[in-house]
Amino acid sequence: MEAGDLLGLLAIGFAAGMLGGIVGVGGGVLLVPGLVIFLGESQLEAEGTSLLAMVAVAVVGATRQGGYGNLRLRDGLVVGILSPLGVGAGTVLANNLSERALELSFAALQLYLAYGLARRALRSANPPEPTNG
Amino acid sequence: MSERLGRLAVIATVAGVFSGLFGIGGGTVIVPLLILWLGYGEREATGTSLAAIAVIAALAAGAHALYGNVDPLAALLIGLPAVGGVLAGTALQQRIPERAVAGVFAALLVASAIVLVL
Repeated sequence: MEAGDLLGLLAIGFAAGMLGGIVGVGGGVLLVPGLVIFLGESQLEAEGTSLLAMVAVAVVGATRQGGYGNLRLRDGLVVGILSPLGVGAGTVLANNLSERALELSFAALQLYLAYGLARRALRSANPPEPTNG
Repeated sequence: MSERLGRLAVIATVAGVFSGLFGIGGGTVIVPLLILWLGYGEREATGTSLAAIAVIAALAAGAHALYGNVDPLAALLIGLPAVGGVLAGTALQQRIPERAVAGVFAALLVASAIVLVL
């Protein structure tokens, strides 16, 4: 492995962790391409490997947020434990809908959620009454 | 089943569907749904989302490991700086306004939607 690849791996790992800390995602969106580009892993291997790294990131991040008083552990564990329901449902959907339809519906959901968050952010910029937010 | 538990189950299902289909972590839907649907504060939503992701990623990594698709040494190489990053990121997040967190997240969702459609 060349020094440049190692540096790239360290930098993209750090960036993925930062993203996780600031917005609460796992960072797979950066970890997977990082492993493909800098270590030459296959897409599948990069996904598996990034998931293992993500466990460490998520545990440390959640613990840290817990220390700041920003963790509802029970709710988080419920969502995590029930998520395989969705994997099963996704398999059914994938067999009955085109990939394009699934991509478009996920994109639509994301845009709808972005709209909701943006509206909330703008509203809390000018709060009608004092809130604890 | 309480309404609250029902909502958490729906969030879990949506997150599972899309992480299974597109390999994207469920975080992009867990965080906004906790905020908009369960009245979470932004920081609380990101912390709780990370707890959910720890479980989701552990289950999925286990499944990948059965097929030999996990490289522990590589995970360590990229995971160590990532753990450093999440420590820095959570510390930084405490210093920015919650609505800035929501704004960054909204931008991330729009970018992700564009990538998905293209």
